[in-house]
Amino acid sequence: MADVLIADVLIAVCALVLLMVAVGLLSVLRGPTRADRMMAAQLFGTGGIAALLLVGTASGVDSVVDVALTLAVLAAFASVAFVKADRQSEGDTANEEGT
Amino acid sequence: MKTAADVFTIVAMLGGLFFFVAGTLGLLRFPDTYTRLHALTKADNLGLGMVVVGLLPQAGHLVVALKLIVVWLLVMLTSSDVSQLIARAARRQEKES
Repeated sequence: MADVLIADVLIAVCALVLLMVAVGLLSVLRGPTRADRMMAAQLFGTGGIAALLLVGTASGVDSVVDVALTLAVLAAFASVAFVKADRQSEGDTANEEGT
Repeated sequence: MKTAADVFTIVAMLGGLFFFVAGTLGLLRFPDTYTRLHALTKADNLGLGMVVVGLLPQAGHLVVALKLIVVWLLVMLTSSDVSQLIARAARRQEKES
């Protein structure tokens, strides 16, 4: 476990990273394209992982690192699902145009 | 020795925070989708990298430190792939309209 001073620093950094993620999530509302909205989700993944690692180290709970690993995998899957769904819907419209 | 590690951690954290702020500002302020993607995927990963480097001296166990590095490598691998995929999707949407 990290000592008290450095633990406080880590928690403060964690709060600022989360603030940045929250500000970045504004672009979910602003768009303008679907890709921009997905990028905010990507930012949420990266910032969330950083916040988890910071809290885990500050509190000395090592298993939080495993949670961060899981979040890293899930964030990647979310983006892949977005791209795949996007392509599929486009494939549907192309088929409709073809027939 | 302990103090040196703490100072190193704080400096790395400040660097990491800077890059997180830069990534968010870029996502909100850059003019088009591709520059926003560029700001987000690179700056954020560097920010996470510096946070991980700063956490390494504070990790209690060698295994935990290695896991931190694995998290960072995984994030770098996935986000470089995902940025290519998102850029391709954005380009397709552009052609559509």
